[in-house]
Amino acid sequence: MAELRSGRPLLLQGNEAIVEGALAAGCRFFAGYPITPATEISEMMAYRLPAVGGTYIQMEDEIASLGAVIGASLAGAKSMTATSGPGFSLMQENIGFACIAEVPCVIVNVMRGGPSTGLPTKPSQGDVMQARWGTHGDHPIIVLSVSTTRECFDITVKAFNLSEKYRTPVILLSDEVVAHTREKIQLPHPEEIEVIDRIKPNMPPEWYIPYEDNTRGVPPMAVFGDGYRYHVTGLVHDVRGFPTERADEIKAFLTRIHRKIYQNYFDIIMTEEEHVDDAEVIVITYGAVARSAKRAVREARKRGVKAGMIKLITLWPFPRQALEPHLKRVRAVLVPEMNFGQVSREVKRINQGMTRIEKMNRIDGQLITPDEILTRLLKL
Amino acid sequence: MAELTKLIHKYLRHAKKFPHVWCPGCGNGILLGSLIRAIDRTGFEKDDIVLVSGIGCSSRLPVYVDFNTLHTTHGRALTFATGVKLANPRLQVIVVMGDGDATSIGGNHFIHAARRNLNLTAIIVNNNIYGMTGGQYSPTTPYGSYSTTSPFGHIEHPFAIAELAVTAGASFVARGTVYHTNLLDELIEKAIYKRGFSVVEVISNCHTQFGRKNKMGGPIEMLKWMKETAVRVEKAEKLTEEELKDKFTIGILVDRELPVFTMEYEKIRQEAKKKVSA
Amino acid sequence: MAYRYELRLSGSGGQGLILAGIILAEAAGIYDGKYVCQTQSYGPEARGGASKSEVVISDEEIDYPKAIKPDVLLAMNQKACDTYFFDLKHGGMLIVDSTFVNQLPTTKAIRLPFTSAARKELKKEVVANVVALGALVTLTGVVSLKSLEAALMNRVPPGTEDLNRKALELGIQLAKSHLQGGL
Repeated sequence: MAELRSGRPLLLQGNEAIVEGALAAGCRFFAGYPITPATEISEMMAYRLPAVGGTYIQMEDEIASLGAVIGASLAGAKSMTATSGPGFSLMQENIGFACIAEVPCVIVNVMRGGPSTGLPTKPSQGDVMQARWGTHGDHPIIVLSVSTTRECFDITVKAFNLSEKYRTPVILLSDEVVAHTREKIQLPHPEEIEVIDRIKPNMPPEWYIPYEDNTRGVPPMAVFGDGYRYHVTGLVHDVRGFPTERADEIKAFLTRIHRKIYQNYFDIIMTEEEHVDDAEVIVITYGAVARSAKRAVREARKRGVKAGMIKLITLWPFPRQALEPHLKRVRAVLVPEMNFGQVSREVKRINQGMTRIEKMNRIDGQLITPDEILTRLLKL
Repeated sequence: MAELTKLIHKYLRHAKKFPHVWCPGCGNGILLGSLIRAIDRTGFEKDDIVLVSGIGCSSRLPVYVDFNTLHTTHGRALTFATGVKLANPRLQVIVVMGDGDATSIGGNHFIHAARRNLNLTAIIVNNNIYGMTGGQYSPTTPYGSYSTTSPFGHIEHPFAIAELAVTAGASFVARGTVYHTNLLDELIEKAIYKRGFSVVEVISNCHTQFGRKNKMGGPIEMLKWMKETAVRVEKAEKLTEEELKDKFTIGILVDRELPVFTMEYEKIRQEAKKKVSA
Repeated sequence: MAYRYELRLSGSGGQGLILAGIILAEAAGIYDGKYVCQTQSYGPEARGGASKSEVVISDEEIDYPKAIKPDVLLAMNQKACDTYFFDLKHGGMLIVDSTFVNQLPTTKAIRLPFTSAARKELKKEVVANVVALGALVTLTGVVSLKSLEAALMNRVPPGTEDLNRKALELGIQLAKSHLQGGL
């Protein structure tokens, strides 16, 4: 069947695995604009989506792409777009809309070197802060990162699940190395994959209050055409969705959309630990660099250095509580990144003098090698 | 109940507190009336109508009406509408925008939506100015006119919105005014019925900003100006260029049958189902 | 110690080295059941010059996906040979296409005429990459020839199976005659 390629080993690029993950999660709408190094996602979607009854459209730019994705989500389709730096910059406007109107959608950013047109074909991790703060105004967001082809599949599914569960845009950060590395993977069978759908209202339409708070902080979401006629706006709105300028309503609304993320913090944060239990020095890493770090940590262990690593899958909200117990305990922390220091800044912020944080950066369009990390680890 | 009262009760949102945001005498209110009458005539269910708008005075219209309503970002209304329509082609998607919204910040989306020929209805309220932000010149501000950002007279030339839509490939293009309301009702109704991308440019008055700056008087004088300046397309065909100088045409500019995106895409789905295996 | 074997296939863009890398990776990963990663130089430099495609094969999950010190370097032109030779592992195998590589950095290089043989025997230069694959696998034994052929047949365009099978065989023969001290 055309739906899923489960059960047999495949050699897939990271970008292709993202498409497989999206389809497995129930994505049925994709709008995008061609950009290196994310293009394969668009191409695969154009090929695969119509066969499963979904829709692919190439829009006139990235602003339009995310607009269409939000529109499709409001009309009931799980929706996604994929881009890289320059396109991600253009999308910021509508990311804000998806946040304020609480529209589930997934935005893949295959990071390349920047700023501006930058290094279209070279990897980077320069968009970590943009993913958090790119759109204007205080807003909640979920940002996940991937480092292997398998994760491209699994975390894409997770990205859809979180976006549906919490009615929020989820940004998936990949990079050129992960995007174009072909790896053998075996996709899970559909019944092994947990797929979460948004909660829809079940009360009579006249009782439906579209933005009313509840214990989860996530109101049920009606689909256009299902009989619940309501108003969706990018203006700050009251519980009925109508624009408001009343201080109490503004505060209640903005507090709720932040609360729904922080209240469910432990459901959202994902990290992966390796050799941390007895570690004296740890590497905090994410994305393609995590692969180099893993090798470096193993090499360091062989040389008698008690090294460990924590791979961040969730970047935002920042997994502070997963890191703090280790920061209290270890002698030093190394944060290698393909930027001038973005996650290292966040690690330093939460560290509060508990341990020594060292950053390690490459901004020349090259993946940090295991040797480079090992050399620094041995000196920590 | 009078016919008008029935329409008000059926289509305006009870929960929304009036008054609306528009200035007294604004053409947007007349358009709202026209739109409701036209939709009522089409007989579509309220649940099946999605009213999408961008940012600006006219884009505040959806909040007052009892449909599925979507008030998007500035200039992007057509892109959101594209997603809504593609995800559920059964929905009747109507997009209300202003001249600045649709042809300046959203100009690229507008021409591409026309080229793509998705079954959407775009209603563009053209009042020659940015009203909500306080009277700055827009892409339709005429040469030589005054605005808060052209205090010495405007030196750029305006877009002809309807003609632009014709060239970009829309299936149905019409122009009306808020003075000629019977015509406007009819044009909007036809535009909604049309399969393919349909555009209705609505010449409207912003007496508060454009009228005042250009000594065109209040709403009544501006409506009179529309009455005197508009020429029916059928009549315009018989007039010379000289006679049409400083006039604009109203009526249906183009009505043609073109392949519609959603139907074309359905063919692609059928083909893909045969060809694409895992 | 885990087994990790790294190959770098290099040459100019258009010589089919990325496809060769993918075929090799599928042979190792899907048909031979190993863990495998395949990467390539990506971007404008892939056109002409020294483009590369790398395959890392292992019996455990692969961390760093690129070649660190290649065990094998295939160089299909002089520039690639010059650029990448010094990355080669000490004692690693250098295989060059003698059609285009004249100056050798080491006396231990294996010189085989992939392109000229493809031109002469098969009248198609375009399959020089497959000829090279056949030779490389014969010389290294990194995957089984059966797996290589299966992976190759799965990837080539319909209608070219015969040509590609012949190219593979040609490569195998070139390697065998080298091993027997011929040529």
